[in-house]
Amino acid sequence: MAAKIKSANKANDAADLVVLEARNVSKSFGNIHALKAVNFAVLKGKVTTLFGENGAGKSTLMKILSGIIQPSGGEILLDGAAVTFSSSTNARNRGISIIHQELSLAQNLSVRDNIFMGREIVKFGQVDFAEEERQARALMIELQQDIDPLTKVEDLRLGQQQIVEIARSLSVNSRILIMDEPTSALSATEVELLFRVVEGLKAKGVSIVYISHHLEEALQITDYAVVLRDGAMTAYAPRGDIDLEWIVRNMVGENFDLGSPPNGYEMGKVALAIEDLTVPSKGGSAFNVVDHLSLSVRAGEIVCIYGLMGAGRTEMMECVAGRLKPSGGRVLLEGQDVAGLRIAERITSGLSLVPEDRQRDGLVQTMSVGQNLSLASIRTFVKNLFVSNADEVSLIERSIKQVHIKTSGSRAAIGSLSGGNQQKVVIGKMMATNPKVLLLDEPSRGIDVGAKGEVFKLLAEGAKRGLAVIYSTSEVGECFSVAHRIVVLRRGRISAEFTANTTKEAIMAASGESNAA
Amino acid sequence: MSEAKSTSVITVASTKKFDIGELFLEGRAFLALVVIIAVFSFLSPNYFTVSNFLIMASHVAIYGLLAIGMLLVVLNGGIDLSVGSVLGLSGIVAGYLMKGIELKSFGVILFEPVWVVALLTCLAGAVLGGVNGVLIAYLRVPAFVATLGVMYVARGVALLITNGLTFNSLGGRPELGNTGFDWLGFNRILNVPIGVIVLALLAVLVGLLLSRTAFGRWLYASGGNMRAAELSGVPVKRVQIAVYALSGVCAAIAGLVLSSQLTSAGPTAGTTYELTAIAAVVVGGAALTGGRGTVRGTMLGAFVIGFLSDGLVIIGVSSYWQTVFTGAVIVLAVLLNSIQYRGARK
Ligand SMILES: Nc1ncnc2c1ncn2[C@@H]1O[C@H](COP(=O)(O)OP(=O)(O)OP(=O)(O)O)[C@@H](O)[C@H]1O
Ligand SMILES: [Mg+2]
Repeated sequence: MAAKIKSANKANDAADLVVLEARNVSKSFGNIHALKAVNFAVLKGKVTTLFGENGAGKSTLMKILSGIIQPSGGEILLDGAAVTFSSSTNARNRGISIIHQELSLAQNLSVRDNIFMGREIVKFGQVDFAEEERQARALMIELQQDIDPLTKVEDLRLGQQQIVEIARSLSVNSRILIMDEPTSALSATEVELLFRVVEGLKAKGVSIVYISHHLEEALQITDYAVVLRDGAMTAYAPRGDIDLEWIVRNMVGENFDLGSPPNGYEMGKVALAIEDLTVPSKGGSAFNVVDHLSLSVRAGEIVCIYGLMGAGRTEMMECVAGRLKPSGGRVLLEGQDVAGLRIAERITSGLSLVPEDRQRDGLVQTMSVGQNLSLASIRTFVKNLFVSNADEVSLIERSIKQVHIKTSGSRAAIGSLSGGNQQKVVIGKMMATNPKVLLLDEPSRGIDVGAKGEVFKLLAEGAKRGLAVIYSTSEVGECFSVAHRIVVLRRGRISAEFTANTTKEAIMAASGESNAA
Repeated sequence: MSEAKSTSVITVASTKKFDIGELFLEGRAFLALVVIIAVFSFLSPNYFTVSNFLIMASHVAIYGLLAIGMLLVVLNGGIDLSVGSVLGLSGIVAGYLMKGIELKSFGVILFEPVWVVALLTCLAGAVLGGVNGVLIAYLRVPAFVATLGVMYVARGVALLITNGLTFNSLGGRPELGNTGFDWLGFNRILNVPIGVIVLALLAVLVGLLLSRTAFGRWLYASGGNMRAAELSGVPVKRVQIAVYALSGVCAAIAGLVLSSQLTSAGPTAGTTYELTAIAAVVVGGAALTGGRGTVRGTMLGAFVIGFLSDGLVIIGVSSYWQTVFTGAVIVLAVLLNSIQYRGARK
């Protein structure tokens, strides 16, 4: 089978020119073999999409192709000639740029400075800020984003930061553009826009490598699909020959169904009631990011929140969790007002949040996988002053199994995990606090279909035991697999509510999305 | 739900994993210490003797005590420039209390027993550290600035109290029941100076605090990523204040040991000691960005610096050269540090 794949990958139509190729590339981290003799080709003016489970080796392969890390074996060919990229700058100078899965922006700098970081436009020995700003503005207009190039990146929402990351790689004018999960924090409208930009680039002959766990979405722009599994290529096919089912079968080895909302039990009393909640916008300007919003969730109920970027989902959740202060309204946990409670106290009384931005809000990068997993519940296994080691180890092992974290062990550094597995750690950590109400802000960001299924199953099991869940997503399809009720947010208000038997189109229309994808 | 899924999950029992790289880096400060001892033993016959080691250890005790407090602060991602001044002020507070408090309205002079003096001094240290903590955690003054301010204020207060003079002969008087202040500095248990024993005890206690308690975990977490720690329910502000208060207590203990060793307390004692403490922490492998470091490393760091400077004195190197050597060792250690973290990230 491997031989067949190989020949398929090379013997394409004469029109398809291979611009960048990896031959028998392998990569090991200690005794972890992330890539095992992988062959991979990027075709001129085409979108090659890379599919694979979390930890399959997708990002590792892309980091090798863009010079960020060096392969342990094999070779890389650019336009048919063997090359070695000594650094990412080196690769960029040869026309290869990458959008990283984990954003690589300097938080303290402005959008403009981030876009031109490392390749500032210089005029008469000075940085030409005006020209940089003009170009940055033009890029934002091309991406139809209302982001001022002079805002600091730390003041942007995650989705906006992702746009900046995209803009930066577009501004390089490279001929090979690698996009490692560029849309994980974007909603349908922005994705649609990005795809239009991609089509334009293709027409100019730019070759694109695309990685995403939003399979349906990715299929829209795919010309060739490659599936990686456990560090080896397992399937390759042009778009015409494949469908969603083919991808999932090759990725996970079976047909996968994300399931349906749990049923067959009685829901309990109202677990969380949000009443007239108002959160002012960060800059102190007149409008409210959450605007007199009321929502209640019963024990055993799963509510999905859908909305565009900036609809106020994150702010609503952060406010409920205690991170942001409301300017009006209140939040009741099982009838008790939580206003006076700190975040820690909210967690102990059963209100937990899985934050959106795993790097900034979810993980402590200096600690191990195990220490991250136990951090939120460490209070509960303190015995006579000391943390009980046995309790902690058993909790960690249970969590690793429960959310299927692929790691070499609980002592591995958190940074050694693949992006999706890091996300699972954040989910596992908050699940371990035994919440009564669990808020999840885009938890499926970057996790593969299989893991998504596992998370949904966990939520469903929790719901049957009386857990109330608020789950936000920008992938409409997900709502149907898990939610009893779908709430659409628009400019900080609830614009519509649906039961599970509605259509995607109805939901997207209510969110203010113009074009149903 | 899925057979194929569960096979892709590998959980190796990692407790048995043996990492040679880690061992080398952990042992790095230890290696430096061995080299220093070997070199000086070779250069001077007086160096490698039990009595010399005990003398050097009692010098190290002062820096070591400060460094333990500094480690806590550094783990939190902060810095405490005030420890040297707090050490000095603590000595003055102790000296002031030993001289007796005159209660004018009663016309009596109150002499407290030594343990009360020690306790009150530690309390003073905790309060000063607490001021740092509140400034940093609640008023959002950068740690560098807040502790720099407290450094000046504490030194100034020490000078004001004594009018620039030194409290001498703190031995106390038997008829007043306040003897024993020099116990900390002069006595020995099994021939080991009390100061060294105090250091060892504190190191063990703080070691346990860091590795075995929830507080320790909170400290590492909030130093590694404050936002994530807070959202995981870590009381980050209280941890921050506690850390600076503990650093203040460590400085006060160091102040007590020092003034007891000298049986006098001068207002300028401990000037620039904060830098030595930071150096010990850094040589011991802690990252100034927070979240990484151990008590064991810091202790080794303190001994490296202490044994080095005493060794240079013993072989008669001029004090100018001593400064040069100490600086070089610190930079070398940090150099190794950056190699360590660059390696760890890959
Ligand atoms: N620096 C590292 N140290 C050790 N192991 C690593 C390191 N980087 C990656 N790995 C391992 O290599 C494997 C592949 O990781 P990679 O990030 O390429 O996965 P991925 O396919 O991008 O997954 P995801 O969909 O979750 O982003 C994983 O098992 C991961 O744990
Ligand atoms: Mg990845």
